[in-house]
Amino acid sequence: MLKITDLVKRYGSGDPVLKNLDLTIEGESVVSIIGSSGAGKSTLLRCINRLVEPSSGSIELNGTELTKLRGRNLRAARRKIGMVFQGFNLVDRLTVMENVQSGRLGYISTWAAIMRRYPKQDIRRAYELMERVGIAHYANTRADQLSGGERQRVGVVRALMQDPEILLADEPTASLDPKTSEQIMGLLRDLAGELKLPVLINIHNVTEAKEYTDRIVGMRYGRIIFDDKPAQLDQEAMDRIYSGSPHADRSEDLRQAS
Amino acid sequence: MTSISEQFGREDWSRFSSRQKWQRFAIFAVCALAIAWSISSIEVVWAWVWDAPGQMGDLFQRMYPPDTTNLATILRVLWETVNIATFATAFAVLMSLPVAYLAAQNTTPNRATLWLGRLILVTSRSVNTIIWALLFVAIFGPGVVAGIIAIMFRSIGFIGKLLGEAIEEIDKRPVEALEATGASRFKVIAYAIVPQVMPTFWAVAILRWDINLRESTVLGLVGAGGIGIILQGAIDTFNWPEAATVLLAILVLVILGEVISAFLRRRIL
Amino acid sequence: MSEARDTWRKPPFIANPVVRWAVYLGAIAYFLWVGATMPIDWGRVADGFGRAGRIFGGAFPPSFERSGLLIDGFLESLKIAILATTGGVLLSIPIAFMAARNVAPLPIYYLGRFVIIVARSFHPVIVAIIFVKAVGFGPFAGVLTLVVYSIGFVAKMLAERIEEIDFGQVEAMRAAGAPFFSTMFYAIFPQIMPRQIGLTIYQLDSNLRASAVVGIVGAGGIGATLANAFGRYDYDFALAITIVIVGAILISEGVSGMIRKRIG
Repeated sequence: MLKITDLVKRYGSGDPVLKNLDLTIEGESVVSIIGSSGAGKSTLLRCINRLVEPSSGSIELNGTELTKLRGRNLRAARRKIGMVFQGFNLVDRLTVMENVQSGRLGYISTWAAIMRRYPKQDIRRAYELMERVGIAHYANTRADQLSGGERQRVGVVRALMQDPEILLADEPTASLDPKTSEQIMGLLRDLAGELKLPVLINIHNVTEAKEYTDRIVGMRYGRIIFDDKPAQLDQEAMDRIYSGSPHADRSEDLRQAS
Repeated sequence: MTSISEQFGREDWSRFSSRQKWQRFAIFAVCALAIAWSISSIEVVWAWVWDAPGQMGDLFQRMYPPDTTNLATILRVLWETVNIATFATAFAVLMSLPVAYLAAQNTTPNRATLWLGRLILVTSRSVNTIIWALLFVAIFGPGVVAGIIAIMFRSIGFIGKLLGEAIEEIDKRPVEALEATGASRFKVIAYAIVPQVMPTFWAVAILRWDINLRESTVLGLVGAGGIGIILQGAIDTFNWPEAATVLLAILVLVILGEVISAFLRRRIL
Repeated sequence: MSEARDTWRKPPFIANPVVRWAVYLGAIAYFLWVGATMPIDWGRVADGFGRAGRIFGGAFPPSFERSGLLIDGFLESLKIAILATTGGVLLSIPIAFMAARNVAPLPIYYLGRFVIIVARSFHPVIVAIIFVKAVGFGPFAGVLTLVVYSIGFVAKMLAERIEEIDFGQVEAMRAAGAPFFSTMFYAIFPQIMPRQIGLTIYQLDSNLRASAVVGIVGAGGIGATLANAFGRYDYDFALAITIVIVGAILISEGVSGMIRKRIG
């Protein structure tokens, strides 16, 4: 269970990007976060695995408080949080297998990592997962030889190799064409079911969010203003999520404060 | 019906505005002054200057035909020259890795190490190989050790600088991804940074080897081993035919080195 | 492939195993054999560490007492660099045109390339000792050396630029009936001028560096002062000279980089 309470993130002395945000994700649900650019979706995801340092508040994953961790403990916690990126973030010049195994870097010894002597069960697991998403025949291919959809599959397998307790996906389909994008969304939903894994997806495409996820969280300028089943996301809710500008939102805050 | 020049009220045109003209004039004047100053004050015996073409012709005449009696020795020492360049490049490559790591803003542990790295690079780069060789001949005595260390000291700065820049220019997204998997700093470097700088690494190492081949041909002139010693000996004894052989041998070596490095570059990259 | 495999090897860099092992073993054998047979007097090298202590002890603090000599040497290096750059750049222009495949006829092209290859292949120090023998000790030999050195670099880069020019402009000039030299001035020079200015400034910087070195074999400049200081075991003066050389190089590198950036 992921439990976020009163989370605040501000860069420098400006307005907070995340404003006292609360969010709980239970069980193996697939949750999508929608909202216009600059709403803080990406920052929220990156606060969870601490690629971005939260300013205050608490994030708890299965009983572990994440915001206070440092060094070795932080790395141990990150192992349990898989992440899939918009730009795939693969190491282009390494083979698909090496990219996939890099998800295990938090587990294996430095020597094994450098010599590429991966444990047998890791290799078996990698082949199973690659087979599952249909990229096993690319094991020895360099990552930059693959198409966008294939690259994102490598990204997904890398995250799953971590044996995660939750999967974060930051705009996983924004760099893909519509058809591939649907395939990846379907894959994420199916894998969540098969592996009993909660998945948190930032997404721009509301149609895909409605079709592939169990719950939709709508963000606007650092706040959650919608949190319900996809069916409940009507035109009025959409307008609230996607209208206005950060500036308009701020002046509204000022009016409320005065 | 009026002509165009009447319409616009003028029939002269110039490329530059008067301000630009003055600027250009000032730049030309400074250049001309610098050249005039140099010519007028340089300590040159002008009679020798007018004599120079004759002297050069005379020299080349005395070089012909090249004398190949000592060819075996020349080739052996030429091989030694290649070895100096190769060993020095190999050591320099290994030693420049940590320096590049320190001198790249995105990998260096803190500001102090960043400046340490940059200090090493600047020192190494601004002192020429021959000057390093003078120093190391004074320390270790004449011979190949001084030559290897001199070339190595100069190469560390060159390789380290280019490698450090390559590290600063990498795609940071894979680094972020591997940090997110909980990998330690060292493993992130090994998996996300090293593969990205590998092509630059090889290209720079090959380029420097090519340069070092040239540099190692002159080490002998200050006593630091290699073909330069034979060249110096031939010139000092006015044995111009042998000097010609040595020069031809150097020319062949350098061209061969360029061919080999071009081949390696194509194969590796 | 229903049963998942549990072994994986990174595909080797060289696919052919025979070639792969030949390369690996060859490299190891080369380094071991050459390393073992190098003419090294280890006793002498070991002595070096004590000597290094004495040299550095003698070098600190650097002595600027004979700064008159230092300034003279440096100014001479500067003059050598300026004259060599002027001469080298002027000579580079015709040689570059000779060595550009798209403007020169084939025999001239080979001649131009040959001049560039010879000028590039010999280290300036080697060129310097030959000139010192031919025209005597002193800065004139230095200037000649660096003219050759400049040709090797400037003519090569300029020839490459000329080979890349847009020939349409030349055709347009010819179509307008422009004579040969007008064509050069209006269609070719404007295309190569920015590169030429950049190269000149870069070469002035490299000539200043090189002029510090050619002096060591007698071609004038601060290098001669440095070699003398080393020869007389004046390590404190040698260190002072080195500091001046390094400082001058850093300043000249900075200035040249700044100007080239402004020119674009």
